[in-house]
Amino acid sequence: MSKKPTKKPEVPTTGHTWDGIQEYDNPMPRWWLWCFYLTIIWGIGYAIAYPAWPGIQSATAGVLGYSTRGEVAAEIAAANARNEAINTRLASADLSTIADDVELNGYATSAGSAVFKTWCAQCHGSGAAGAKGYPNLLDNDWLWGGDIESIHETVRVGIRTETHDETRYSEMPAFGVFEMLDDTQLDQVANYVISLSGEPQDATMVAAGAALFEENCTSCHGEKGLGDREQGAPNLADAIWLYGGDFDTVRETIYGSRFGVMPNWDARLTEAQINAVAVYVHQLGGGE
Amino acid sequence: MINTVKLIVLGLITLCAMIAANYARDLAYMVHALIIVLVSGGLFLWVLRGVDEDKPAILQSEYMDGVIRAGVVATAFWGVVGFLVGVLIAFQLAFPVLNFEWAEGLANFGRLRPLHTSAVIFAFGGNALIATSFYVVQRTCAARLWGGNLAWFVFWGYQLFIVLAATGYLFGGTQSKEYAEPEWHVDIWLTIVWVAYLAVFLGTIIKRREKHIYVANWFYLGFIVTVAMLHLVNNMTVPVSIFGSKSVILWSGVQDAMVQWWYGHNAVGFFLTAGFLGMMYYFVPKQAEKPVFSYKLSIIHFWALIFLYIWAGPHHLHYTALPDWASTLGMVFSIILWMPSWGGMINGLMTLQGAWDKLRTDPIIRMMVASLAFYGMSTFEGPMMSIRAVNSLSHYTDWTIGHVHSGALGWNGLITFGALYYLVPVLWKRERLYSLSLVSWHFWLATIGIVLYASSMWVTGIMEGLMWREVDANGFLVNSFADTVAAKFPMYVVRGLGGVMYLAGAIIMCVNLWLTVRKAPAQETSLTVAVPAE
Repeated sequence: MSKKPTKKPEVPTTGHTWDGIQEYDNPMPRWWLWCFYLTIIWGIGYAIAYPAWPGIQSATAGVLGYSTRGEVAAEIAAANARNEAINTRLASADLSTIADDVELNGYATSAGSAVFKTWCAQCHGSGAAGAKGYPNLLDNDWLWGGDIESIHETVRVGIRTETHDETRYSEMPAFGVFEMLDDTQLDQVANYVISLSGEPQDATMVAAGAALFEENCTSCHGEKGLGDREQGAPNLADAIWLYGGDFDTVRETIYGSRFGVMPNWDARLTEAQINAVAVYVHQLGGGE
Repeated sequence: MINTVKLIVLGLITLCAMIAANYARDLAYMVHALIIVLVSGGLFLWVLRGVDEDKPAILQSEYMDGVIRAGVVATAFWGVVGFLVGVLIAFQLAFPVLNFEWAEGLANFGRLRPLHTSAVIFAFGGNALIATSFYVVQRTCAARLWGGNLAWFVFWGYQLFIVLAATGYLFGGTQSKEYAEPEWHVDIWLTIVWVAYLAVFLGTIIKRREKHIYVANWFYLGFIVTVAMLHLVNNMTVPVSIFGSKSVILWSGVQDAMVQWWYGHNAVGFFLTAGFLGMMYYFVPKQAEKPVFSYKLSIIHFWALIFLYIWAGPHHLHYTALPDWASTLGMVFSIILWMPSWGGMINGLMTLQGAWDKLRTDPIIRMMVASLAFYGMSTFEGPMMSIRAVNSLSHYTDWTIGHVHSGALGWNGLITFGALYYLVPVLWKRERLYSLSLVSWHFWLATIGIVLYASSMWVTGIMEGLMWREVDANGFLVNSFADTVAAKFPMYVVRGLGGVMYLAGAIIMCVNLWLTVRKAPAQETSLTVAVPAE
């Protein structure tokens, strides 16, 4: 530009000055103006094509007949139509033999994974590794049974939920709250319970705890503390803990009991979805 | 006589606030009542001590610069506070352990996030707008601020609003409307302050001694008037009790959502765009010492911007319960808004025609140019994100956060820093800034910080949008929400580092401005007397 020999004529200002500031009387840049016009024309066209102008009762529908709800509904309908046949098969499938049907098993796993990530991951984690109070579904330690039928049943009826009559139910007494055991006894039982997993504990405490355990706990957790899946009583000898295996946590559990609740999913999920998530959880690693 | 009235009023306010503190139904309200007791009680004593003192005569021909100096200090102070809280919450997202257990209910992310947004938008941005508008309106009208000490009432009243809003968030007094969180009693106070602000500004324009109203003042006035309207409509609430902070909004359901985003988007449009364009239209030609590029462009883009912005809000509610027709109109107006927004950028950048060499020598010009570039970028990005198809990917992701910050840190932040660097030597009568190389440091720290921030949020936002919609061959979702959160971690760290750099730049600015006031050589001849130019 600087090579141009002729100097551009000086554009006049508007003649006003404010605190030393003046304004040139330049025209608006043409490209700017044309882009502005183009967006206006496009806007009018778009408002004719799509729902736009509100009236008293309703708005113009637009010549394309588009609606956001319609768009989503069409996508969902297309996916449902595609999966309809296999979904019907899944809803009535025999879970114990589903693994032999490669196509159905693959479909159920991918459907179950989506169900899990939408409804289950909040508590059990997106990788199903659980959290304090929410069981790890990857290991082979199951409270209410780890075969596919038991998993299906747990998902269907939930655990200790008030919204299902057949829900899986059991309740451990709060030994401390109801003063069934005193402070020393609670310590002793906690020591004994931890020792079941092979953790070295004070021998005299463990011995005293064993006697108390025999008296108070074996009816549910069994002679050797191996638990009872009929009652959802955890295995206490496998070093796997739902709430934590340190002394304070174990003592807290014995003192006040726990009351973990899982919703009954038959209220929200279809039979096919429950089957799918049962298949998915079953093949995560711990399924029996 | 006037002092007696003041003492009676202040005494009554103190008494009422004490009663309110006594009957307070919640913590936030009690804390607010106690703050008001302290402020009005302090003012009572201050007025009482000055009852018999003679006031020095005020030269009506001189500009009122004291309140602007206070505004400059407040802008710098709240800026650093706001950036600091921003850095903290950025790292809270990356490392949730920073939501300390001992500070639960006070300093966890949920409480600090509105504190950050309000501190940067309303405390930093608001003080910058009030201070610069008072400066610009006096200079371009060749008139002292109208209303005497009313300008000081606006300044201190606004600081009180900021403190009430901030403490409200920390103690749980919020109406849960984004950018309009303060509860009803704080809203009423802001209304009073804002009406006073409008009166001072309009009064000064009316008594101007220039024939025409300069373009910067149109933008400032558009900002003040529209924000008043937005504030009133979005805060139509009925208090549950006169002694509690909780209130219930008149609008319900999707109408409430629509009013909220009509407000929310125009807070961006009129607070962060129109107001700051007013700032740009004064400080860019002043710093460049060049006439504004085009008067015609400024008229057309001003009216187009004002008319179009107000309709764009529904694009915040695509694919919600909002009817499709409203969503379409929001999108259409957002797209048409693209060129009017760019009009400001063109007028700013073209003003530098023939002065581009200053980019090499003047880091303040560099800051203003970068600011306009970020303005242009985010006013292109905004219309693009308002397109329904793009929005279906970008909405609810960090892309939105990146978009907001390239605008706020880039445009609002840098133009404000440029204005502060211009104002401090003038207001404190110094020959020059203490150090231009410190300004350069600030410029590069801020610019690199913004680039880190915006690019990390683009990456994580688009990634998260794609992960949310990813389906497998059977049409089932592939990722859980937590998967997307885990995937964002590295970008959260990069974003936090960008914030640290931006904060560091702002601290360097504060040091530089402080040293300018204390150490830079004095300038005796600067003009503080109102003289009309024509």
